[in-house]
Amino acid sequence: MAIHLSDKAASRVQHFLQNRGKGIGLRLGVKTTGCSGLAYVIEFVDELQEGDEVFETKGVKVVVDAKSLVFLDGTEVDFARVGLNEGFQFKNPNARDACGCGESFTV
Amino acid sequence: MALLQISEPGQSATPHQHRSSAGIDLGTTNSLVATVRSGEAVCLPDEEGRSLLPSVVHFASSGRLVGHQAEALQNSDPMNSIASIKRLMGRGQEDVSRLDDVRPYEFVTRADSSVPRIHTRGGDFSAVEISAEILKVLVQRARQSINSELDGVVITVPAYFDDAQRQATRDAATLAGLNLFRLLNEPTAAAVAYGLDQNADGLIAVFDLGGGTFDISLLRLNRGVFEVLATGGDSSLGGDDMDHALGEWIIAEAGFSDVDAGLARRILLAARAAKENLTCAESTQITIDDRKHQWSATITRERFNELIHGLVAKTLTACRRALRDAAVSKSEIDEVVMVGGSTRVPLVQSMVAEYFERKPMCDLDPDKVVALGAAIQADILAGNKPDSDMLLLDVLPLSLGIETMGGLSEKIITRNTAIPVARAQEFTTFKDGQTAMSVHVVQGERELVSDCRSLARFELRGFPPMTAGAARIRVTYQVDADGLMSVSAEEITSGVAAEIVVKPSYGLTDSEIESMLRASMDHAREDIELRMHKEQQVEARRVIEAIDAAMKQDGEALLTVDESASIEKHRHSLESALETADTEKLRRLVRALEEASEFYVARRMDNSVKQALAGKQIDEVDV
Repeated sequence: MAIHLSDKAASRVQHFLQNRGKGIGLRLGVKTTGCSGLAYVIEFVDELQEGDEVFETKGVKVVVDAKSLVFLDGTEVDFARVGLNEGFQFKNPNARDACGCGESFTV
Repeated sequence: MALLQISEPGQSATPHQHRSSAGIDLGTTNSLVATVRSGEAVCLPDEEGRSLLPSVVHFASSGRLVGHQAEALQNSDPMNSIASIKRLMGRGQEDVSRLDDVRPYEFVTRADSSVPRIHTRGGDFSAVEISAEILKVLVQRARQSINSELDGVVITVPAYFDDAQRQATRDAATLAGLNLFRLLNEPTAAAVAYGLDQNADGLIAVFDLGGGTFDISLLRLNRGVFEVLATGGDSSLGGDDMDHALGEWIIAEAGFSDVDAGLARRILLAARAAKENLTCAESTQITIDDRKHQWSATITRERFNELIHGLVAKTLTACRRALRDAAVSKSEIDEVVMVGGSTRVPLVQSMVAEYFERKPMCDLDPDKVVALGAAIQADILAGNKPDSDMLLLDVLPLSLGIETMGGLSEKIITRNTAIPVARAQEFTTFKDGQTAMSVHVVQGERELVSDCRSLARFELRGFPPMTAGAARIRVTYQVDADGLMSVSAEEITSGVAAEIVVKPSYGLTDSEIESMLRASMDHAREDIELRMHKEQQVEARRVIEAIDAAMKQDGEALLTVDESASIEKHRHSLESALETADTEKLRRLVRALEEASEFYVARRMDNSVKQALAGKQIDEVDV
């Protein structure tokens, strides 16, 4: 079971954590909602919750709760720039279908 | 594929429910837009990577251009390329003619409005409409960058902006179709960008030296509330003056005697480039090269510093004055924040550091710092922070008062009160049978209404006639989070009420606003004396009024000719001295009249008791 960050994503996460001045890592997860069933969660982590799994990848602590991990295993998170917009992208092999905007997906 | 941002713990939005917001620095020369992404405030650049949008709008016969393209047309088509529109925000026709630093645009007024409009090829536009054009471009950029509509924005305004100027800025936001969370003072935004609002308290000096304006603001932070202690500055002092100083040196050194507009422009551009180079380099080459003139020389930073020393010294004079106004000493200042592109000049940094005896904060890009602070505030107001206890408050820059008898200003909300705020005060009638009262809302620190700024006037009519002093009129002043006010008045015993939202009448220039605070301190003593004098005059009129009313009613019946003459004599000497006597003399004359008529008052009392009892049986009297 593993989740990967691209180099770009890892360096951006480190930058944002440093800028924020606190936080131990990056939480990735899913929650049931949205137009296609599941939506990604991407948050700063101030403290670990029960059932959290912690990966260390490229110097970033990635925190995933056990339930989300099932849906995220094998995912690579990248940081991309499209036009004037920029942000994190999930490349998730588990996702079968995503809504048009890609903010939610089904497995 | 969606591009996601990192949220605060537990604050992840459901898809398509992101709460996006932006902070906008709507500047005189340049404007910027910023937003918070993954917890970090960033300025949003355009497609070409430029964050600054020149605050210039060009009107063509079809369509309009905003920003760099409009700026490029300024020289070839000045009458249709409007710059520095911020200086005209909230200004009336009569102000416009007094603003000598505004380009010679062609102003027109319509019969249905007092707002001056600038005539261009594309139509006639008010300052609000032109500012809205700039806002629209910034917001379009933000929408593209965030890939979503904006839930709301925060727009910054100078700390000394009065109600009219704030209202105009708010109108521009409405016109651009924006949901304005609130207006934020520029120095406050700069302090927020540096995270100074996270401290419990402190005294902060914000030194803002832009291209054409200089502002110094002293802020006191007290439990999350920023209070503006003093503002000062010079509305025509900035980096452009440094370019001019260097330009004059070039002309003198090169011995140019035939400087036309074209050459002057080339010289200024060369001067500006040299100034920017000298920020990092110890010396730089200046070259002027056109068909007629070839000249080249090296200038050292030391020489440049000598040229601009006087300009920088001027800013420190303004700092000294602001400190004096705020009655604080330099040593009490906790932080000095640098804002504005011209604070990059090394001499500015070193002289400011020397004056305040501390290293000024200049880690953030001084051009962007105000927009970044606005973005942070907008992010909080959009609800993207969890247990956010930091809802930033601002304070009223000038006191709000009401005109009372004698042309005096009675302050209902004093300056530096945290807003939003509502305050009420009760007033009463001055004359018997009075059934209406005029409410005149004024802004300013001075004691006399004529020295304050008139904001609004309305009348409360139709309450029942009562004896003077019996009516109870409750006047409530309310100021919302943007510093905009509404006023209501109610006669409590009858319930008659009236209310207005203050759409301020336009009327002051920049320097007038800035000097209002200063004037209130300079004139403190004479103002108070004048106030006491006016109050004594009002009191004198009240006593004369009361005596006249009584004499008319029962003077002949109750007074002998001698008694009547004695009262009349005192009344006369008071009345004839009313306009000329000093406060002390008036007070003596009022007392003399009151003493001379004391027996009459007593006799009237007896008489009215007698009348009430006359012809009644003892058991009819309610005891």
